[in-house]
Amino acid sequence: MDISQILANGIVLGALYACIAVGFSLVWGVLNVINMLHGSFIILGGYLTYFAWFYLGLHPILVLPAVALVLYVLGYLVQYAFINKVVAAPVLTTLTLTFGLDMILYNLMTVYFTATPRRVTLDMGSLDIAGVVMPGDRLIGMGLALLLTALLYLVMRGSSIGRAIVAVRMDRQAAALMGIRVNKIYAITFGIGALMAGAAGAVFAMVFPVTTNLTGSFLGKAFVICVIGGLGSVPGALVGGIALGVIESFAGYLLGPQHAITVGFLLMLILLVVRPTGLVGVKGYE
Amino acid sequence: MSEILRLEKVSKSFGGIHAVSDVSFSLQEGQIVALIGPNGAGKTTLVNLITGVHALTAGKVVFAGQDVTRQKAFQAARRGLARTFQIVQPFPEMSVVENVAAGALFGGGLGSRQEAEAEARRELAFVGLDRFADSPASSLTLPNRKRLELAKSLAMQPKVLLLDEVNAGLNTAEIDGALTLIRKIAERGITILIIEHLMKVVLSISERILVLHHGELIAEGEPRAVLDDERVVEAYLGAKFAARIKKEGLHA
Amino acid sequence: MSLLKTGKLGYVLLAVWLLLLAAAPLLGDNYTVRIAITIAMFTAMALSWNFIGGFTGYPSFSTAAFFGIGCYVGAIAQRNGVPLVLAWVLATVAVSVFAAALGCIILRLKGHYFAIGSIAIVELTRLIVSSWGSVTGGGDGLNVPLLRGTPGEVAGMVLYVMLAILLLAFLATILVERGRLGFGLRCIHQNEEAADMVGVDTTRYKIAAYTLSALFCGSVGAVYASWVGYIDPTDSFSILLTIKVPVMVLLGGPGTLLGPILGAGAFVMLEEFFWANFLQWNRAILGGIIVFLIFFLPGGLLKIDYRRFLRRRAAAREEGKAPA
Repeated sequence: MDISQILANGIVLGALYACIAVGFSLVWGVLNVINMLHGSFIILGGYLTYFAWFYLGLHPILVLPAVALVLYVLGYLVQYAFINKVVAAPVLTTLTLTFGLDMILYNLMTVYFTATPRRVTLDMGSLDIAGVVMPGDRLIGMGLALLLTALLYLVMRGSSIGRAIVAVRMDRQAAALMGIRVNKIYAITFGIGALMAGAAGAVFAMVFPVTTNLTGSFLGKAFVICVIGGLGSVPGALVGGIALGVIESFAGYLLGPQHAITVGFLLMLILLVVRPTGLVGVKGYE
Repeated sequence: MSEILRLEKVSKSFGGIHAVSDVSFSLQEGQIVALIGPNGAGKTTLVNLITGVHALTAGKVVFAGQDVTRQKAFQAARRGLARTFQIVQPFPEMSVVENVAAGALFGGGLGSRQEAEAEARRELAFVGLDRFADSPASSLTLPNRKRLELAKSLAMQPKVLLLDEVNAGLNTAEIDGALTLIRKIAERGITILIIEHLMKVVLSISERILVLHHGELIAEGEPRAVLDDERVVEAYLGAKFAARIKKEGLHA
Repeated sequence: MSLLKTGKLGYVLLAVWLLLLAAAPLLGDNYTVRIAITIAMFTAMALSWNFIGGFTGYPSFSTAAFFGIGCYVGAIAQRNGVPLVLAWVLATVAVSVFAAALGCIILRLKGHYFAIGSIAIVELTRLIVSSWGSVTGGGDGLNVPLLRGTPGEVAGMVLYVMLAILLLAFLATILVERGRLGFGLRCIHQNEEAADMVGVDTTRYKIAAYTLSALFCGSVGAVYASWVGYIDPTDSFSILLTIKVPVMVLLGGPGTLLGPILGAGAFVMLEEFFWANFLQWNRAILGGIIVFLIFFLPGGLLKIDYRRFLRRRAAAREEGKAPA
């Protein structure tokens, strides 16, 4: 395999990764909560997409908005009912709480969906540019992932909700003094995080098989991307995602696929110690 | 009287900002010296440099004959360089006596927790907080928290005590109480460097004044002389005022 | 008066509990002994975690890394002919060195970053062990020379070793809590900057706490490997384990002497109960327990004021009886 193919693979994968991580990064940066449910949200989105395709014959692209909406509502409710109560609590508490909630969601999914991998099979052909081959579904997946990330970026920049979220991230108390209902922003942000996760899951389902076994690895990747790219910023997630995709692609080629993930974690650890703010972003609360 | 603390051309920059530039002075044992200067002059940074909280960008700090330029904060405490914080920093869930005992045990280098507690109670009596010895530190009023800070620092058996605006937030009566306490501390032979804004305090207890402005030491000497110094007035009130006062005199 | 103050009652109950566990081989069947061993294991690990998470307040999720390394070092040593107990000691030393070295790097981080760093360590060690096939057997796992004796004898021996480790961990807890280290760690927990200013060598103390939180886990891991006879990376470096241990301490009461013991015992027994009766849903139920714990028992079981609660119940009953 030549370099441009590895690079292309990495970028395409990276765009998907960015989409996976951006919701997680937002929640962590704004609420200062590590959402252990994130991986499960993604898989849930994937499953919903699969079932819509399998039982209703609907194309994933059509289903995506609906799935995103369902996840948004779920996220909003989870935040409102549970996370809201512990936003100011120490790390151990919030992390353990979201882990506990994740265990419940995970169990529900394994019981009702079972862990057998489900694959949405779409035949979209493939593209060949200058010797670099890319399957059609992956290209479309990347396109969608980038589109969603861009949309989120525009919302954060342009809308008043987006500005409010950024304000809360920068200074919770000042934002409250400006009249922003911080709790509501928290719920909306968490909802958006879940929404992006669901959408990412839908995109993922188009390209890869979906199974509950993947929740942990998605979460792990989200961590790594946040540390590489920085917290709470969309550009950061994009940079982090693509960086991780490319790194994994090269590491996989040079060292073998099982080491690709190890390299990612190693990089994250090194960055945590050396430069926790990440390549782009703002340092989160500790 | 011997020299207990000496700073030689001490500088500190944070990125492009020169917080402290080329500051040199020395403290004689047993003196009470005031460090004054407008807000942002670098007074707290200077204290941080002396006590090892920040690393120096340039210069030397000599304490009791030892070069302590590269010391860490806990080492400064153990050596006898204690300081109080502008915003008090207690251990909130521990009792008052435990807070002070921490100072005695770690900074003061006492051998056992019992000894530390005994010493803590002595210091609490000295600052007048013995009534509150077993209450949680978080339940104290602000003036009492300041006393707690003092007791904690004293328990560390300091040779030099750096007081960072102990009087912020206190009313007149409380300030008088604080002044009496500071004098009592000096009577124990402890050298005191006090950062202060209130001229009344500065004039009533200090033997010498150091003036910091934009990180530089612009004047030092006897209180009256320093306060009449043109540059000092200019630093606080601005050039126009300084000129006016010079022309018309201070009580025009 | 809450059970927080470890008075005579606490120690008496502890002694009774430990005797009960020790008597499992005599009183119960193989299943009971297995549970007793599991309780002893997790109690030792909970007591360990208490040093860094409870006293010092640093949310460490590295327990599985220490346990796993203990498993593998013990297993590999035994496979190479090292006598049993020496292998266990070797594992303990290896894990201590690892923790001290790691601590120098990772304890500079705080809060969330520390938590993530500590989980990353688990993943990283698992991945490394998985790939280093020549030494560790990789993903296929490792067989450990079997212990001599009938299953009953073996289980009994393992139980007593685990209880011994538990006692050592408990002893260490008492010594630390009463001494300078414990005091210093509490200061660090409440205000690290102030601790620094008061003369506490925070770096050294934190590393000490982190190493203490590791070494007994290493011993437990090595003994566990000898007991089960087969280990693999996924079970040895289990994320679930690394999260369960802090939860157990949270359940019992972090920063206390008896909290970890109470929490570990209660959690393991609950888990066994749900595993046995609701196999399919046991994960969700555990998750539910965790959520319940966070919301209704923020200080852990030991911080509930039992006497006040009972007094209020009695008063309410009295009111109920009084004529309207």
